[in-house]
Amino acid sequence: MTRPHSTTAPAASPAGGSHWLNRRRLVHGVLLALMLLAPIAAHLLGEIYYVNLASRVALVAMAAVGLNLAIGFGGMISFGHAAYFGLGGYVTGISAHHAFDGSLVMGLPGSDNMLVIWLAAVLLCGLLALAIGAISLRTTGVYFIMITLAFAQMAYYFANSWPDYGGEDGLPIYLRNALPGIDTNDALSFFLICFTALVLSLALTSRLMTSRFGAALTMARLNETRLATAGISPFPIRLVAFVISAMITGLAGALYADLNGFVSPSMLSWHLSGELMVIVILGGVGRLYGPLAGSILFVMMETLLGGLTEYWQFFLGLLLLGVVLFAKQGVIGWLAGRERHE
Amino acid sequence: MSERVLSISGLHKRFGALQATHDVSLELSAGEIHALIGPNGAGKSTLIAQIAGSLRPDAGEIHLGARDITALGVARRARLGLGRSFQVSCLAEPLSVLRNVMIGAQALQGHSFRFWRPVDSDASLLNPARAALERMHLAHRADTPVAELSHGERRQVEVACALVLKPRALMLDEPMAGLGPEGTARLTELLETLKQEVPILLIEHDMDAVFRLADRISVLVAGSVIAHGDSATIRRDPRVRDAYLGE
Repeated sequence: MTRPHSTTAPAASPAGGSHWLNRRRLVHGVLLALMLLAPIAAHLLGEIYYVNLASRVALVAMAAVGLNLAIGFGGMISFGHAAYFGLGGYVTGISAHHAFDGSLVMGLPGSDNMLVIWLAAVLLCGLLALAIGAISLRTTGVYFIMITLAFAQMAYYFANSWPDYGGEDGLPIYLRNALPGIDTNDALSFFLICFTALVLSLALTSRLMTSRFGAALTMARLNETRLATAGISPFPIRLVAFVISAMITGLAGALYADLNGFVSPSMLSWHLSGELMVIVILGGVGRLYGPLAGSILFVMMETLLGGLTEYWQFFLGLLLLGVVLFAKQGVIGWLAGRERHE
Repeated sequence: MSERVLSISGLHKRFGALQATHDVSLELSAGEIHALIGPNGAGKSTLIAQIAGSLRPDAGEIHLGARDITALGVARRARLGLGRSFQVSCLAEPLSVLRNVMIGAQALQGHSFRFWRPVDSDASLLNPARAALERMHLAHRADTPVAELSHGERRQVEVACALVLKPRALMLDEPMAGLGPEGTARLTELLETLKQEVPILLIEHDMDAVFRLADRISVLVAGSVIAHGDSATIRRDPRVRDAYLGE
């Protein structure tokens, strides 16, 4: 039986200390406030670049929140979440492409309404994850890692070789998609959309993990024999968690394509799956706010160190090594304290 | 005697050349403790795995009440009322004792695809779990992580996990191991009252406890039941002495 980080307590623990303002909540609050206020400050200073950078941090964090549900809370080490991130991105790109030239896609018109695009992205990612999960979850351990990677690579090569939507050159999105009542072309407005989506994904995960479903998923991760002996089959529980996880990552991908005005097979590549994994591990596996901390750290290193040296990933590697060896609950574990036993 | 709750008939299981289970038939009736004893390597674990559903028999049938459960999986059997405890404790160590027991209460109330209401304030889960712990004299340990419990206490938690399922039949795999004399005495007492509610298939090494508790004993040697009867019969049986009691 594989039991990743079985010594860590289940996250999303209910009490979280007696006082309403404990260290953990304080750290979470500071992270969210930082995430929200930094781009507002940048906007006031007229630094659009940093507002967009913050949108990137928020979306990468959200994609990692999705992955963390699979890896951290469900114990399913998916090395193929780029498939959902990329699919979400392509839904945005393809829909915008058809809305732009008025053509049909599978008999349907394209849409430049973000609400329609998000719904389509979430549903399609859910369906894809249902199919991939139903097959992959019959394996465990290294085989699960490899099979999820294999599926994602299939998606990558498919997008790469399909000429209709740009193939390996990718697909530009000429006009950012619209949301009724909001000017999505305004960098700060777009950031606020991303931030809201991130907060909702965090709230959803938190709520999910305190529910009966979360209790069953936690038991599936810690001891699946116990779960089965109690009368609950682990497989459907894991599959549903995997699907929800993919939907969150997929929605992040849909927004990410709009942020960049571009979608390409690189959104589907194993590098991206790996980056999301690195972010989850850096932040703290199975910690609700781990992905946010990880994403802030990752994008900052990429931007600041990446500006100084093209070998910035060497330092990222060192940091990752440090986290894996000395701080198993990641940056969040270090900042907010280790999760207590429940 | 009375109504048959669990019946196993003509069970066979073979691993290559090893006949691990050979034509085993057992039954468990309401109100009784049926003990299964046998030396190491007799095939007890294989038999338990087949009854619990984690291993499919090559031939034979298992019925719970009138229902044929031979083809059903572990979770399904548990929902139908087959409770069990494990020889090596099988609990989620980082979680509290209460959480380990609650998951059974949750299963009893139908599917777990409920995504919203927090379990921590759900009286319909907390109350039965606390009641089961109370019965095992473990109420004071409810909030302790399983990782901090002694071996004996973990055994008791396992029994509580089984009890919360309101089982129709209970299969306890060496519940006395690691308990110490006082704990053994207390568990013996508990099992004696418990059997009125739910019959118990008891796999146990502690011979004193077996002879005191069991209404019937089956002796498993090399995959087959070689003797069957009440304590007195088993004690006298020369084959049993030969194969197992080592006299």
